[in-house]
Amino acid sequence: MAKLHVTTEINGDPIEFLCEPEQTLLEVLRDELQYTGTKEGCGTGDCGACSVTVDGRLVCSCLMLGAEAEGKKIETIEGMANGEELHPLQQKFLDHAALQCGYCTPGFLVAAKALLEKNPDPTETEVRFWLAGNLCRCTGYDKIVRAVMDAAAEMRGN
Amino acid sequence: MSMTEDTAAKTDGYKYIGTRAPRPDGFDKVTGRARFGADYTMPGMLHGLVLRSPHAHAVLKSIDVSKALALPGVKAVITRDNFADQESEVVPAGEMQVNYRDVVRNMLAREKVFYDGHPVAAVAATSLSIASKALKLIEVEYEVLPHVIDPYDAAQPDAPVLHDFIFTEGVEPKPSKPSNIAKRVKVASGDVEAGFKKADVIVEKTYDTKPVHQGYIEPQACLANYTKDGQGEIWTTTQGHFLKRAFTARLCGLDISRLKVTPTEIGGGFGGKNNVYLEPLALELSRQSGRPVRMIMSRGEVIRATGPTSGGHMRVKIGATKDGKITAAEAEHYFQAGAFPGSPINQASMTSFACYDLENVNVIGYDVVSNRPKVAAYRAPGAQVAAFSVESTIDAVAREIGMDPIEFRLKNAAKEGTKTAYGVTFGPVGLVECLEALRNHPNYKAKLGPNQGRGISCGFWFNIGADSCATMNVNEDGSIALMVGTPDIGGSRASMALMAAEALGVNPDTIKPTVGDTSSLGFNFLTAGSRTTFAVGKAAVEASRKVVEELKSRAAQTWGIPVEAVEWEDGYARPAGPNAGDFEPLSIAEIAKNVGDLTVFQRTPNYCKPLYNGKITPEEQAETGVTEDYI
Repeated sequence: MAKLHVTTEINGDPIEFLCEPEQTLLEVLRDELQYTGTKEGCGTGDCGACSVTVDGRLVCSCLMLGAEAEGKKIETIEGMANGEELHPLQQKFLDHAALQCGYCTPGFLVAAKALLEKNPDPTETEVRFWLAGNLCRCTGYDKIVRAVMDAAAEMRGN
Repeated sequence: MSMTEDTAAKTDGYKYIGTRAPRPDGFDKVTGRARFGADYTMPGMLHGLVLRSPHAHAVLKSIDVSKALALPGVKAVITRDNFADQESEVVPAGEMQVNYRDVVRNMLAREKVFYDGHPVAAVAATSLSIASKALKLIEVEYEVLPHVIDPYDAAQPDAPVLHDFIFTEGVEPKPSKPSNIAKRVKVASGDVEAGFKKADVIVEKTYDTKPVHQGYIEPQACLANYTKDGQGEIWTTTQGHFLKRAFTARLCGLDISRLKVTPTEIGGGFGGKNNVYLEPLALELSRQSGRPVRMIMSRGEVIRATGPTSGGHMRVKIGATKDGKITAAEAEHYFQAGAFPGSPINQASMTSFACYDLENVNVIGYDVVSNRPKVAAYRAPGAQVAAFSVESTIDAVAREIGMDPIEFRLKNAAKEGTKTAYGVTFGPVGLVECLEALRNHPNYKAKLGPNQGRGISCGFWFNIGADSCATMNVNEDGSIALMVGTPDIGGSRASMALMAAEALGVNPDTIKPTVGDTSSLGFNFLTAGSRTTFAVGKAAVEASRKVVEELKSRAAQTWGIPVEAVEWEDGYARPAGPNAGDFEPLSIAEIAKNVGDLTVFQRTPNYCKPLYNGKITPEEQAETGVTEDYI
């Protein structure tokens, strides 16, 4: 089948790509466009490693087709730091040792950023509930939750 | 507060160890730049996929790949016919052992398939969708056989037998018929029958556990490139690239020197990334197609075909007096090995009662094959499965005699001088102190709310040393390049840098720790067995000490004093005392600068004739256009 032409925006940059109709957004990001910071852990929307935002909404890119990115604004982990200046969430993840192997980390960061954009002052329960769609096998989650709470406090200016 | 300034956690006596230095891999991991197994690509790369058995147990009668090969875009299809068979030879693979006879069969089925998901063929094509279509065109004829999953069922005389070469080891006389029990082990001391007679209370219970998967978030992935000159290169996510090199070279019929394996960042392993699954397939597909081949498992493939830990069927019997002394302890463990022999039954049997100071112990363990993926190591392999059964029974005995579970454990805890049933006499243990601290902790006395519970459990594990190699180079500007050969699964590069910093007396941020490929440093065993920080750290410290000795001798040369008169302190060479002379201390950077100015004394040019070159013919002479009469 002929490939589809898609015009989209990724991390503020205009991007065009060709994809097969059955290719997921995750496959397109990783294999066609080399945005390999977005990871595949399950391919079934269970682990959150492939989290990106589409028009500000948090989605699992493995559950969305590449063709559906037409006319949308995509944000990935690669767009999170401002040049070499880390986003407060990224810095707090390092400060709190909120990562070990680091494979789930991009997904957690993208999801946490989406949370703080909606709710700059979440309770611990809200953080845990929001991040329930992201699986981490190394840390036991506590340090991740603390890093997000700390980043939220810093971003609020506390 | 910046963590780099936080030295509160610093251990007494150390300047850098115990501080929270920034992780060398941290920035890349929070920005998405860290490259894991599936992130490596090459120009001209093909995509590889595996065809897997839909049956748990079947004879593999025939495989016809002709239609798949004919599909445009398909560049190679491989089956059992592409790999030589392997003789039975047991080799270490982490805390577990594997047999080459089984590894070649687990990688790609030969006579039979032994579990749902067992690889049958592999395809390389120009796109994933073409590779996926090609899998459907491979025609496989199976003769389906009865299968067995549970290890206890598989150990029964009427169970379907998987292999005709398994005659239970460890029983006398050798059985006349093959069975699924690969091995019987016994770990015993004293006389359990006499011990049970002294008991006021005897509790006996059976337990079943399932083969839990390690569940690392990153699926197995690798990229392989084989060139026609017989050289291979692999990038793979692994806990040990030297073992991947050894296994892949063996299965693909290469000399080890012809294969270079580079570990990528690893997204978790927990014991599950010690073994080869994709690497030999990808290398062979690359050899057949003449192009680089990348293979990535789906989560479904990871769960269906890579090793979980063993499921177990366990019977535990413990006798104790009313005042809380264990008089005898007995266990019988059936451990699921999966499709091929090699569950962690030895470790399970050795560790079962190792937390306790017991006179009478008898543990019998069975290594049982069944129609499940071959098990792999998983965080203290075997020990946790056995501990679940033993500790649950210990709790039951404590309840029976009306004793607090910590108190009961304290009365029986192993301590310095305890002789274990497996033969070792312990040095200092710390279990008593640990249990006392728990008993005195407020959390142990806190009132429980509705639906809340509280439990206590003890566990025992070994740690191993094994081969480790680290190299250290002082760069021209005095900064340090430290290379280790064990993949960093959760921060070991930071640990190595801190240990080296301590030994050198320099700030950790002047040290760049990297994980080197198999061609860049000497053999290293796996990141496994609770060994890496301990054993590789020692290698890093030893390398640092050698560098310090070298730097001291350079400083001695500079100052014109004997090396014995130079001491090393806080990253500086200093004269050892007033008699050594009055010299300003030299930093590593200053010494490195001097090294750059070293005079070369040997000035006589040396030529040698290349060993295997024949005499140059007049034609060659004309071609090069130069006169080279001296050759």
